[in-house]
Amino acid sequence: MENNRAEVIIVGAGPAGVSAATVLARAGKKVLLIDRADKAGDKNMFGGCIYAKQTAEIFPQFWQSAPVERSVTEQKIVMLTDYDSTQYSYRYSSKGSYKAFTVIRSKWDNWCVKEAQKAGAYFAPKTLVKELLIENGKVVGVKTQFENYYADIVIIADGVNSLLAKQIGLRKEFNDEDLTINVKEVIKLHPERLQDRFQLDENQGCAVRILGGPLKDIFAMGFLYTNKDTVSIGLGVSLDELKKKKIPIYEMLEELKSHPSIAPYIKDGEVIEYSAHMIPEGSFNNIPKVYDNRVMVIGDAAGFVNNIHLEGTNLAMLSGRLAAETAIFAIEKGDFSASTLSLYYQKLKNSIIIKDLRTHNNTVKFMKKHIKTLTGLLPEIACDFFEVLSSADEIPKRAKYRRLVSKILRSGLILKMIPFAFFAMEKCIKR
Amino acid sequence: MNINDKLATLKYNKSNESHLSADNDICMRCHDKPCTYICPAQVYSWDEEKCILHIRYENCLECGACKVACPKKNIIWKYPEPEYGVKFKNG
Repeated sequence: MENNRAEVIIVGAGPAGVSAATVLARAGKKVLLIDRADKAGDKNMFGGCIYAKQTAEIFPQFWQSAPVERSVTEQKIVMLTDYDSTQYSYRYSSKGSYKAFTVIRSKWDNWCVKEAQKAGAYFAPKTLVKELLIENGKVVGVKTQFENYYADIVIIADGVNSLLAKQIGLRKEFNDEDLTINVKEVIKLHPERLQDRFQLDENQGCAVRILGGPLKDIFAMGFLYTNKDTVSIGLGVSLDELKKKKIPIYEMLEELKSHPSIAPYIKDGEVIEYSAHMIPEGSFNNIPKVYDNRVMVIGDAAGFVNNIHLEGTNLAMLSGRLAAETAIFAIEKGDFSASTLSLYYQKLKNSIIIKDLRTHNNTVKFMKKHIKTLTGLLPEIACDFFEVLSSADEIPKRAKYRRLVSKILRSGLILKMIPFAFFAMEKCIKR
Repeated sequence: MNINDKLATLKYNKSNESHLSADNDICMRCHDKPCTYICPAQVYSWDEEKCILHIRYENCLECGACKVACPKKNIIWKYPEPEYGVKFKNG
């Protein structure tokens, strides 16, 4: 790189960073993408799956050449009680149009970076940005463990902890209630056994959300994703609730794995990796200032996560593209001031990022308030219903119906569901 | 599977220098010590006799939860130098 100078420097080669780098490089801009890992993806972790639409906007037809694990063709919700469960499954035929794919980040992120390089981006791995270089109150580049690099614009894509956005005061540290801590185990299973267990065809995969059971009464959710020859199982819990509960998260994971309805999925599988990562809660009120003179913030660093719909990598890629488009406009105009870069925020506002985060601004708070209904009472009543439906014994049915109805009435379930109805209504009406 | 078995599945390049630190005097005044149960890698443990916070930084998963959860904001949290720290093959 000539004189250590680029037009744009992007710090962090996750989905947000590679998306921005690729769009800029394709437009012929000189772009330097920096990551602290030896190989892109080696420091990254998620559930999880990537979404086809926003990914294909950057990498058209990516599934033909990218290292994807399985196409997600089933979404499932498992509601646990202490020993039992009810499971709700939505299966769909892809009909040639894919919705989501499970991926392994060390392979996937590395592939994305190679695509950015093919487009012409410079990639600097094993490079830790220590701080942003500031001259006359403006960001002019980055300081790494080796040398300094300079650019007209720096795009901050350094993830949930974003030390860089905090350095220049664009963002504060998130609070306990704004973050979830997530752990995952990747468990090896023979592909045929995995497909039998989850009733999948070759290349088909499922995404599972798990509520209740060992995770009842706290804002926590389990997840399970099928990869080619592994299952990713884990859970996320909000930091403030974990602090109250005082149970280490890895012990909660063990409880989840040993639940009678979960254990058969992973039986006889070998745990090949444990990992952890934080996710921002993603509410509109927590969005920091995402641009200033010569700088923009994208992806998790900006808190762009929709926790309700488990969207993060797609918003990261979208925000990366919008920041890149803004940078291209600024370069062509020759003006890198905050007022020019405010175009990025305009683009965010017109996109699903700000629209959805606004819609869900109070959702996590609402869920936390009603968590006992959602993760305790509801799974229990659902199991009770199936119990009455299916148990053939000497007790007359009428007595069973009465017992169930009286339990529902006594539990106040009907009253407790009213706020959910109003909440759902509010989400439809509110601008 | 206990936490040590879980951590044994991971690939680390261990640095001789800690990227995490805390002021023991401030820890002493912290009743709750959430770092000791928030950390997903059990990096932190409090030695009651010596009044020292043991930091097994070499097990760190670099998630950042400790620095947020610390009520005294006493944990100095940095990324390990490049080439050091944890490496996820299946993240």
